[in-house]
Amino acid sequence: MEMVFVAPPAPRRIEDLKRRFFATPVQALLSLISLAVMVFLAWKLLNWAIFSAVFTTSGGPEACQAAAGACWSVIAARWRIILFGLYPFEEQWRSALACVAVVVMTVLSCMPAFWTGRRIALVWGAGTALYYMLMKGGVLGLAYVGEEAWGGLALTLFIFVTTCLIGFPLAICLALLRRSELPWISRTTGIIIDSVRSLPLISILFTFAIVLPFALPQWLAGDKLYRVILGSALFFSAYQAEIVRGGLQGVPNGQEEAAMALGMSYWQRIGRILLPQAMRNALPATINQFVISFKETSLVVIVGFFEILASGNAAYGTGEWRFAYVEVYAFIAFIYFVFVFSLSRYGAFLERRMSVGER
Amino acid sequence: MVSLLRNQRVRNVLLQVLYVGSLVALVLAGVMIARRNLAEQGITSGFDFLYKSTGWDVNFSLLPVTANDPYWWFFLIGIVNTLFLGSVGLLLATVVGTIVGLARTSSNELARLLGRTYVDVFRNIPLILQVFFWYAIITHLPTPRAAHEAWGMLLTSRGLYLPAPNVGGVAMALAILSVIAAVVLPVWLGRTSRLSQPVGERRTIQLAGMATALACAVLILIVGRLPDAPLLDFPALQGLNLRGGLRIPPEFSALAVAIAIYGGSYIAEIVRGGFKAVGKGQVEAALSLGLSPWRVFTLVKLPLALRAMLPILANQYVWLIKATTMGIAVGFTDFFMIVALTINHSGQTLEAIGILMAGFLTINLSLAAVFNRINKAIALKGNQLRG
Repeated sequence: MEMVFVAPPAPRRIEDLKRRFFATPVQALLSLISLAVMVFLAWKLLNWAIFSAVFTTSGGPEACQAAAGACWSVIAARWRIILFGLYPFEEQWRSALACVAVVVMTVLSCMPAFWTGRRIALVWGAGTALYYMLMKGGVLGLAYVGEEAWGGLALTLFIFVTTCLIGFPLAICLALLRRSELPWISRTTGIIIDSVRSLPLISILFTFAIVLPFALPQWLAGDKLYRVILGSALFFSAYQAEIVRGGLQGVPNGQEEAAMALGMSYWQRIGRILLPQAMRNALPATINQFVISFKETSLVVIVGFFEILASGNAAYGTGEWRFAYVEVYAFIAFIYFVFVFSLSRYGAFLERRMSVGER
Repeated sequence: MVSLLRNQRVRNVLLQVLYVGSLVALVLAGVMIARRNLAEQGITSGFDFLYKSTGWDVNFSLLPVTANDPYWWFFLIGIVNTLFLGSVGLLLATVVGTIVGLARTSSNELARLLGRTYVDVFRNIPLILQVFFWYAIITHLPTPRAAHEAWGMLLTSRGLYLPAPNVGGVAMALAILSVIAAVVLPVWLGRTSRLSQPVGERRTIQLAGMATALACAVLILIVGRLPDAPLLDFPALQGLNLRGGLRIPPEFSALAVAIAIYGGSYIAEIVRGGFKAVGKGQVEAALSLGLSPWRVFTLVKLPLALRAMLPILANQYVWLIKATTMGIAVGFTDFFMIVALTINHSGQTLEAIGILMAGFLTINLSLAAVFNRINKAIALKGNQLRG
C-alpha cells in the first residue's frame, strides 16, 4: 500500500509535459507545428550565423564568398566605418568615448535616485555637454572636428539625445498651453499639435533640412544638422505633449484645488503638485515614446546624414564587399535591437513596479 | 495703464493676442522671406505650375502616365500609389498581426513563445532598416534569365512577375468590386433586419449571395477579356528581359513586405490586448450555455475584442499609412516622393509643401472619420458590462 505514494519522478515529468503541450489533439498539433517551426528557424539561423560562417578577415572577401554561411569578416573589416562614419581615424576613440557618455547618461536617468526635475536636467545637460566637447573638440588640446565629419552610431545617439533634450521641455510647454483656460491659446496650440502629428516624420525632416533655409533670414538658418534636430524635436514634442496632457488629466481635480486653497501661485501648482504626479502617470507611455523616437532617428538617412544606417550602406557599398549586405544589416539591426529592447524592457519593468499599466 | 494690466480679463485678452499674433507673424515672415528668396531665383509663386508638364518617368503607377503629363496628374498618381501601397501593406500587416496576436493569446505555451519572439524581434528594429534589408534582398535575386519559378510566377531582381488576366481596365475594376461584394454580402446578409429568417438560419442565403457575387466576377472577366488573347497572360523570357504578365517592382514589394512584418508586430500586440480585454465572465457564460469553443470564439470573444481593439487599430493604421513615405528611401514614387521631386525640379517649394500637408491631413481625417463611423456602428448600445 505504501508503494502507491512513492511515484518515480520521471513519469511525472512526462505527465507534466503531456498536460502542458498535448492535452487535446488540437493542442498536440499546435505544439508540434510550433516546435517544428522553431527548430527549423533556429537551425537555419545558427547554421548561417555560426556553424558555416566566416569570422576572420584573413581569407579576404574571396573566402567569404566561398562559404555557405554568414560573412562576419565584413564587420571585422569595416566596423569602424559603421560605428564612427567619416570621423578622422586617429580621433575615433573620442567618438567611442562620446557614445559611452551618452549610454552612461541614459542609464543614470533610468535610476529613481535621479528622478527630480533638477537632477535629471543636470545629468542630461552634463552628458550632452561632454558628448559635444568630445566630438567637436577645439578645447583641452582636442583637435577640432566639424559636424559634417560626424557619423555612424555617434551621430545617431547625438540626434536622439538632442531631440529628447529639446523636445521634452517643449512638450511640457505645449501640454500646458493646450490645457490653458484661455480658448485662443489652447485652440491654437491644439491645431499646431494635431497638424504636426498628422504629418509623416520624413516630410517634417525634409521641410526642416531643405525647405526651411528659404524661409529664414541667412543668419538664422544655421547648420543643417541642427535644423533637422529641431524638426525631429518638434515631432517628438507633439506626441509627447499629448502623453503629458493625458498624465495631467489623470491627476484628480482636488489636488489643484487644494493647492489653490493653500494660496500657491500658478507656477508652484504646476511645478510642485501637478507635473510630478502627471509625469508619474505618463511614465510608461513616455518610455514608449522614447523607444519610438530612438528608432525614428534612423530616418535622417533620407535627408542625407551619415548616421549608422547610411554608414552601413557605405560599408558594404564598396566593390569587394558588395555581396555582404545581409551581414551588415544584421549587425546594425542587432545594435538597434540591443538599445531598443533594453529600453522597452526597462519600460515594462517600470510599469510593473508602479502598476499604473493596469487598473 | 498699470491698473488696466491688473485687470484679469484685460490681461487674458492681451496674452491671447500676444500668443496668436506672434505665431501668425512668425509664419507670415517666413512666407514673405521665402517668396522674396524664390522670386530672386526667378520662380513665381502660385499654383500655375500644376498645369505644366513634368518630363518625368515613374517606376510604378496605377494610372496611365507619360512624361508630358502635368504636375497635378503626377500628384494624383502619387496619392493613388500611396493609398494602394497603404492598403496592401495594411491588409498584409493585419493578417500577420492577427495570426501572431492569436498565437500570443493561445493556450499553447510553444505558440505563445513563437509569437512573443516574433514581436520582440521585429518591433525593435527600425522600419527603414527593414525596408533597406528587403530591398537589398530583392534586388540581389537572380537575373531574369535565372529566375526562380513557381506556379507561373517569376521571382527576379527586376521584380516579381505574376500571371495577369488579359482583361480591359474597366472590366478588371468591376471584377474586383464583385470580389469585394462576395466578402461583404454574406456579412450584411447575416446582420440585416430586412430578411424574415432568424439570424441563425441564414447560412444558405449567405452562401448563395457569395456564390452569385463570385459568379458575377468570373462572368465579367470572361466577357471583358481582350480579343485574340489567352485569358491568362504568363510572363516569359524574351531576349534578356521578361515580357507579359504583371510586374510588381522591387520597390513596391520591399515596402509592402517591410510594412507587413513591422506593422504586423504592432497589430499583434493590439490584437492581444483586445482579447485580454474580453471579460472572463462572458466567456464562461458562453461556455456554460453549451457553445462549442469555435462558436465561443466567433460569437463572443471576437466581437468583444474587436470593439476594444478598433480605436487603437485606427491609430496604428494612420501611422502605417504615413510610413509609406519611406518609399523615398528606395525610390518608390509615392505622394511624398512626388512632392520632393516637384520641389527639386520646379522650385515651387511653398506650394508643394502646402499640397503635401493638405494631402496627408485629408487622408488622416478621412481614415479617422471612417473608423469613428465603424466604431459608433458596432459599439454596444445602452448599459454594458465590462471587466
